[in-house]
Amino acid sequence: MDLAVIDLSRLQFALTALYHFLFVPLTLGLSMMLVIMESVYVMTNRPIWRVITRFWGRIFAINFVLGVATGLTMEFQFGTNWSYFSHYVGDIFGAPLAIEGLMAFFLEATFVGIMFFGWDRLSKLGHLIVTFLVALGTNLSALWILVANGWMQNPVGAAFNPETMRMEVTDFGAVLFNPIAQAKFVHTVSAGYVCAAVVVLGISAFWLLRGRYMAVARRSMTVAAAFGLAASLSVVILGDESGYALTDNQKMKLAAIEAAWHTAPAPAGLTLFGIPDVAARETRYEVQVPWVLGLIATRSLDGTVTGMSELVLQAQERITSGVVAYDAVERLKADPANLVQRARFEAHKRDLGYALLLKAHVADPRTASPQLIATTAWDVVPNVPLMFWSFRIMAAIGFAMIALFGAAFVLTSLRLHMQTRWFLKVAVIAIPLPWIAIELGWMLAEVGRQPWAIEGVLPTFLAASSLTRGALWTTIIGFTGLYGTLAVIEVRLILQTIRKGPFEHDEDPAPAPADIPALPAAA
Amino acid sequence: MFDYETLRILWWALMGVLLIAFALTDGYDLGVAALLPFVAKTDAERRLVINSVGPTWEGNQVWFILGGGAIFAAWPFVYAVSFSGFYLAMFVVLASLILRPVGFKYRSKRPDAAWRSRWDWALFVDGFVPALVFGVAVGNVLTGAPFRLDSDLRAFFDGSFLGLFTPFTLLCGLLSVAMLVLHGSAWLAIKIERGVVHDRAKRFGTVAGLLSVALFAAGWIFVAFTDIGFRIVGDVDPFGPSNPLRTTSEIAAGAWLNNYAIHPWMRVAPVLGFGGALLALVGIHRRWEAAAFTGSSASAIGIIATVGLSMFPYILPSSIDMHSSLTVWNASSTPKTLGIMLFVTAVFLPIIIAYTAWAYRVMWGRVTTHAVATNPDFY
Repeated sequence: MDLAVIDLSRLQFALTALYHFLFVPLTLGLSMMLVIMESVYVMTNRPIWRVITRFWGRIFAINFVLGVATGLTMEFQFGTNWSYFSHYVGDIFGAPLAIEGLMAFFLEATFVGIMFFGWDRLSKLGHLIVTFLVALGTNLSALWILVANGWMQNPVGAAFNPETMRMEVTDFGAVLFNPIAQAKFVHTVSAGYVCAAVVVLGISAFWLLRGRYMAVARRSMTVAAAFGLAASLSVVILGDESGYALTDNQKMKLAAIEAAWHTAPAPAGLTLFGIPDVAARETRYEVQVPWVLGLIATRSLDGTVTGMSELVLQAQERITSGVVAYDAVERLKADPANLVQRARFEAHKRDLGYALLLKAHVADPRTASPQLIATTAWDVVPNVPLMFWSFRIMAAIGFAMIALFGAAFVLTSLRLHMQTRWFLKVAVIAIPLPWIAIELGWMLAEVGRQPWAIEGVLPTFLAASSLTRGALWTTIIGFTGLYGTLAVIEVRLILQTIRKGPFEHDEDPAPAPADIPALPAAA
Repeated sequence: MFDYETLRILWWALMGVLLIAFALTDGYDLGVAALLPFVAKTDAERRLVINSVGPTWEGNQVWFILGGGAIFAAWPFVYAVSFSGFYLAMFVVLASLILRPVGFKYRSKRPDAAWRSRWDWALFVDGFVPALVFGVAVGNVLTGAPFRLDSDLRAFFDGSFLGLFTPFTLLCGLLSVAMLVLHGSAWLAIKIERGVVHDRAKRFGTVAGLLSVALFAAGWIFVAFTDIGFRIVGDVDPFGPSNPLRTTSEIAAGAWLNNYAIHPWMRVAPVLGFGGALLALVGIHRRWEAAAFTGSSASAIGIIATVGLSMFPYILPSSIDMHSSLTVWNASSTPKTLGIMLFVTAVFLPIIIAYTAWAYRVMWGRVTTHAVATNPDFY
């Protein structure tokens, strides 16, 4: 195993996944906002809402194609770069991906063409249904990919089979209704809604500041304010937090986010600030709010939040137990019918993955000394400073979004949003924030799961394909060049579309300065 | 409901159905893109060609993505070994296909000729290159790929990117291009207004049809008379656990034709491959455009089915290790996963076909220069 190949494989996955997820949130949210805007058009029959829907549809389209294009890479990258992962868990992990294709991709891809080409060929209601089906497909695809990702965080409903040397499904229902997958789905989709709402809010604010396209801008802002407020509350309140305390790894994630090196007496305090010192395994200059973490994480006053040192001790026990399972598997390879080994394996199979952690240090885990097992146990701690800071920035942005949309909602309700210039400026400046929070959120989820590709089952360093450094560098440079070029083109086209405004292809239904009273805020 | 053996055969057949559906739908999109710079010279002509697939290509492409997902779910070994084994080839395909949604959507966003010409060539690449590489990959599947599995069932590879290209695999690549270009020109013949582009498309279709027949025949000769082919030694257990190490293979020249002697009904596939191409050629000449498209579709079905049936039960043989080859009996998911996925597919595939048909009906009719020039929603 060439560690450089592992690092390069991880780098490529990080680059392509983070890049892919620049486009997905906007697709998720904007598709829903298009449904809202077009519904208003169908219900009120006012042409301005057709213009509004079609304009944001053009922004949607430019963004959508890059989501689709970069999604192609994601669908095949498990096979190209993580082939041992694909073999090891394909029996479970492949299913949600295939179902995503059947249930979601066909829906969004088939109807997205009709959505853009079918304005003259369908009734108003017919077109609205098409737009709705695009949004439904987009959001269903998020559901299935998060079922897949949730299983990597909490691999329920599966067991290792020594005859086929892989994990096999035992309970598909458990995979489907994995609580972590559900929490992730709500959190991720809401974040996408916030992202789209911020974009619509910001671009509308930009036009209002310039005094252009007022009729479109102020109505769009009303939609964005209400939609964004609901979404930003949902991101934080229904956020990831519900899934934390479930598994050892999720506990480790929480401990790393809090830089909690040791179990604190219940109820634990929430660390607002501090400087995690990895070498000394302590956090300096800690500022804590008493009780709050214990309340959030355990929903009780007496539940404890386990610290990293204690979790490492548990990992050490599991490694020792896992070595027994590993030994049994090796013996079963030679003699599949050996009932004694079969029983040993069954007794320890839960910890098999932990024995595999030793492969980073010795070729055969069975030869590892207790000393090596003790040091290897510390491998289960992810990158603490990265987790600590990513979470704090992400959460701060989350709360800032609630404030932004709270203000937007109040101002649009009071019809003050067109003249409150400080707010309009803030709305423009806020445009990049959701992307920062979203990308940090994925770093938390994926870096926080390390050293595992599948928590407790398969370490990341064993999951990669047997590729050469040269092949990986070729594709990393290739993808970076291609993606970089496309990003530049995309941003230019979006700016051009904003500059040309909503009347590029559609007539302005009220060419005079907009003096019609604004619509009800409920729109 | 079904036993393991039946589930494996059904999923082997479904894999074929998905590949064929991809070739029948997105295949003409690829063929049209490969033809774009040659059948259409002016911007108006090129927009005519692009908009003939504009509203529907995106749905068609999902057959490719679903193919990837379904192989992952039903044949995890195949997914793992093939895509990592053909790593750089897969990168070339992905990079080409990434250009396609962007090319369709972004080309029309700016009027200047240089911008549009660059995207036209990008669209050519994303049609021609995947068509070629898919064929070359199929050629490598037929000759066996240089991989071996260790006792943990981890795959290792001895091959290189350039090693994928041999006379036989290049022949397969060109057959794939010819087949899809024929299909693409047959699509243009039914989908765009008659005129100069239409005429050019038919001329390219004629050449592609003749090449399809010639290359398919040449491929047959290669398979019959060179040392291509594998055979399983000893018994196989169609109900056994999916572990390729338990199967022993041997190289057997000409073995890819054995199935046709054992199961004569399988000869339908190559007959369809040749007959469809001939029907397409006749259709193009007689201006029976529906017949031409039926013919090019039948030819694609026949050619792809021929590959699958010739190799059965092999899916991906190894050329360097006689205990690593992937077959229908040793490379699948568990019966549980195959059963669940069969159920999900049985529910959703008819729904997908129904709304896809509806989408085609909404966009029914020939694309005209007039419509392209006046409707701002066209690319």
